[in-house]
Amino acid sequence: MNKFIYLPDVSTLKLDDDTCIGCGLCATVCPHAVFVVEEKLARIVDLDRCMECGACVLNCPVSALEVKAGVGCASAIIYGWITGKEPSCDCSGDSSCC
Amino acid sequence: MASEKSCCPADEAPETEDNTLCCAPTPESPADQSNSCCQPEADTPSGCCSSPESNDIAGYRLEPFVTDWQDSAVGKIPRVTPSLSFADHRGRWAMRWGFGRDHYRVAPGLYAVGSPDESSEVLVSANYKLSFDSLRRVLKGIDAWILVIDTKGVNVWCAAGKGTFGTEEIIRRVKDVRLEQLVSHRRLIVPQLGAPGVAAHQVKKGCGFTVIYGPVRARDLPAFFAAGRQATAAMRRVSFTLIERAILTPVEITILRRQILLLSLALLVLGGIGQDFFSFSAAATRGGGAIIAGLAGLLGGSVITPILLPWLPGRAFALKGVLPGLVLAVILGASLFTQSSYLNQSALLLFVTSISSYTAMNFTGSSTFTSPSGVEKEMRLAIPAQLAAVVLALALWLWTAF
Repeated sequence: MNKFIYLPDVSTLKLDDDTCIGCGLCATVCPHAVFVVEEKLARIVDLDRCMECGACVLNCPVSALEVKAGVGCASAIIYGWITGKEPSCDCSGDSSCC
Repeated sequence: MASEKSCCPADEAPETEDNTLCCAPTPESPADQSNSCCQPEADTPSGCCSSPESNDIAGYRLEPFVTDWQDSAVGKIPRVTPSLSFADHRGRWAMRWGFGRDHYRVAPGLYAVGSPDESSEVLVSANYKLSFDSLRRVLKGIDAWILVIDTKGVNVWCAAGKGTFGTEEIIRRVKDVRLEQLVSHRRLIVPQLGAPGVAAHQVKKGCGFTVIYGPVRARDLPAFFAAGRQATAAMRRVSFTLIERAILTPVEITILRRQILLLSLALLVLGGIGQDFFSFSAAATRGGGAIIAGLAGLLGGSVITPILLPWLPGRAFALKGVLPGLVLAVILGASLFTQSSYLNQSALLLFVTSISSYTAMNFTGSSTFTSPSGVEKEMRLAIPAQLAAVVLALALWLWTAF
């Protein structure tokens, strides 16, 4: 996976060191190994691998993480631009387009 | 959904010995195969529908992957085979080409694999049949319960992104199937890619079960269990191999079929416009040529770009789509369109490249590593450029007709 790095410096992921309890769940759920946990503290080691899926944020028991999570498909974003709503993947009813 | 809504009370469920139908005259349409003998609304652990006399209920049929019934503290649970049948493989193939994707579902509820008991693991899955099949096919020799939650027929990762594979639904299903009576432990194995929709600590609070995140890929589950429910770092990483990318390409095209048809019609009409106001033979030759150019662009962006993804220059997908588009345009210019004017050749280059760039950009939605912030950033730059190139291409092309 290391050959797949998307655009640099765009991820909105933020970690609050003071709140983090080092439970390590963010590192467990992250599909791109963005975090390492050392000495009871999580650290973002490669922000550019983050795809903003939101798994870490939702699973952080102390809300030390934040990200503007969402769907990353072009058609959903165009839909968002046109309608002014949140980008949604629901381009055909409740079925999947991704 | 209480058990009294079941189409058959647990104590009346039949003991079927084999794959024979326990239910009534079977609808032959393949679409009906995704209906369990019990509708999603009646997804109790009590298994198949039956009346004591006939084992049949009109209009219902047993799922072909259910072999028999497992007794449990909460009634009879359908036992599924870990082997995929010809029909399962055919269904998988159809999904890959985008046929009937909205209706490829299994009924939510509890299923058994092997001979699970009160100490067996509970694996949570989505009710997209492809997800369910990927799970059961790796469980040969493993005794486990599968808890299928209602994700509206969408796979785990996409459903988690939308929240339908989520905390609330898991809590609701756990209570529905009376899981605390079925098993003595309090663990749920949730696929790691379900995590964008599941807050582990909230699930614990809501139903008392601890979420343990399993590996990204179902096929790593046997190793995960062998290691005492521990996933290696590699099992936690999402991949995007050549095969994984190639598998996605047919759907990339089939989901665009309406746009392809509309654009082709528009090109036929535009192709007919010329000095004679409108000519049908020009519509066929010029319009037909433009359609071929458009299809070449589609091939570049939706097939070649995904396959060559790591080796194409650029990080933005819109940029990655440029090179395949240029190459295909040059090939077309040197083969089919050798008689074309300099202006028409320029239009061809612009048109094929921008279609390739646009459809490559669409592949961000299928990729496993693009962030919405990144996609939005590239789109803000790429869409005006693609649009300008297409408009210029069409203008040049129409100019040459006069």
